[in-house]
Amino acid sequence: MTSTQKLAERPRTFGYDRAERRLAVRMVAPSLILMFLVAAVPIGYAIWLSLHQYSVRQAGLSRFVGLDNYLDALSSGAWWSAFGQTFTFAAASVSLELVLGTAMALLLNMTFRGRGLLRTLVLLPYAILTVVSAITWQTMFEPTLGLVTTVLRGLGLPGGDIVWLGESGYAMAVIVLADVWKTAPFVALLVLAGLQVIPDEVYEAAELDGSTKWTTFINITLPLLKPAIVLAAIFRTMDALRVFDLPFVLTRGANGTESMSMLAYTELRENRLVGEGSALSILTFLTVMAVSVIYIRFAGGNIRAAAQEKQ
Amino acid sequence: MSTVLDERRAAAQAGPRQRPARKPLRRGESRLHPVTWFFVLAVMAFSLVPFYWLINTSLKAGESLGAGELFPSRPTLDNYLVVFRNPDFFLALRNSVIIAVVTTAVALVFASFAAYALARLKMRRKALLLTLILSVTTFPAIAIAAPMFSIWREIGLYDTLIGLIIPKLTFALPLAIYTLTSFFREIPRELEESAYIDGASPFLAFRKVILPLAVPGLATTAILVFISVWNEFLLAVTLTTSPESRPVPVAIAFFNGTSEYDQPIGAISAASVLITIPLVILVLVCQKRIVAGMTAGAVKG
Repeated sequence: MTSTQKLAERPRTFGYDRAERRLAVRMVAPSLILMFLVAAVPIGYAIWLSLHQYSVRQAGLSRFVGLDNYLDALSSGAWWSAFGQTFTFAAASVSLELVLGTAMALLLNMTFRGRGLLRTLVLLPYAILTVVSAITWQTMFEPTLGLVTTVLRGLGLPGGDIVWLGESGYAMAVIVLADVWKTAPFVALLVLAGLQVIPDEVYEAAELDGSTKWTTFINITLPLLKPAIVLAAIFRTMDALRVFDLPFVLTRGANGTESMSMLAYTELRENRLVGEGSALSILTFLTVMAVSVIYIRFAGGNIRAAAQEKQ
Repeated sequence: MSTVLDERRAAAQAGPRQRPARKPLRRGESRLHPVTWFFVLAVMAFSLVPFYWLINTSLKAGESLGAGELFPSRPTLDNYLVVFRNPDFFLALRNSVIIAVVTTAVALVFASFAAYALARLKMRRKALLLTLILSVTTFPAIAIAAPMFSIWREIGLYDTLIGLIIPKLTFALPLAIYTLTSFFREIPRELEESAYIDGASPFLAFRKVILPLAVPGLATTAILVFISVWNEFLLAVTLTTSPESRPVPVAIAFFNGTSEYDQPIGAISAASVLITIPLVILVLVCQKRIVAGMTAGAVKG
């Protein structure tokens, strides 16, 4: 068969389409099977584990208890306080990251000497280990050797003798700060990408109409950035609700910083309560999935419209 | 839209401005307002000061450590020696490299096929599949770690490298598929079509035309997946218990310095600094790629 014949045949013949679809299925199948094995199977097994109670003394001994583990968790103060603390953390860190990230993006969108340096510096915290970010902020707030405590003490300001990680509200504040430091750059880069596709004409028209910089920002830039900011908010919220590394290193979940994942981990690994730990894991899973469904319900159209616009 | 921009740029360069044509100015923001400069400096300080303090802490030992000096009066490398003398540190490095390299490689091979089909080939329920794949990246790791902890202990994979690589694929694979799909979409369709005209099958076009062109996208995806696997903590801490299989983040979290006379924070800081250096180099070298990868899916849809 010559290539001209093939070309003549090509325009969307039925057989060709079917061959293409078959190839597509074959190319996707390995990934889907692997994902089924490493995602769906474990979660299914976790549900099964959560419906049983296991003997702490004798390995392998278990009995079916139905939803008892869930009812125990939902009627316990521990779950609801972890639930509340996780959402407090998410609300505080995500809103700070959006504000700071957008501000950083606006700075990075300006042309000035040193912009490249600023962009590199901003990216650095994003690339380091979350555990290292936790340790970094631990050194900042250590009672005797921390920079913050030292400076506060040196200036004679209140706060120099606070054990930051040892008190409820302050410990949460340090964890939020560590998270903002590490991930505001991520928001900044997403928003910057959004800023760079706004045509200059829009600004010129605003300038001609006598709009000030501030009103231009509020009335033009911000609405056009909304899809990028919403997307960043979704990514960040999903991550914040799963927070684990920061409280693990900084407080081990003490002083009002126990996240849902921390609580499930502690029950499972430290207390060896497989059934209870699995139930808490599934509750965490359901909570995060519920939030993502809500987000997609309310913001999904927004993102899809933005994606189509840009294609 | 790009033509409009190009025109503007051309006009700016041809215009009667006195400035060197090297960098055309955009919207008159060449000189920053002093208040803006203050913000620029504040952002730089916010990014850098914590790093400085980590390094500062790592260079202090003994009394100097607790004295809270802004500059170490007697800088010492003792903390770094403690880290280097600790065999667990090197074991952790070895484990992390093996885990991250193997996971990234496996994820990339599987993902490159899937992503090509999702980006280019005709397929039923494609949007649903992409949503499904993306939703896996939002799973809380504890929901995977908890059952894996039980399964692995029963079949003997608990506290092994392979026992860590498998669950890490849960998150590495969808991340790779998602990022690669947006890269494949950017490759001009005409290239495949001319391959079809030359008689190539879609799979041959993928292997001989698309894959070589996608090397930059594959590299970017590899970097992002590598960083995310390297950074992952929850699975690692749940599924390992001995230095022989603990990766770096867990080793650092449990690092105790091995010297009972010093506060461990000095040695922990030193270990943190050491582990951050390669990542800083990676960011400096691959900055553009990392930014492109992080925003690829977001902007291009």
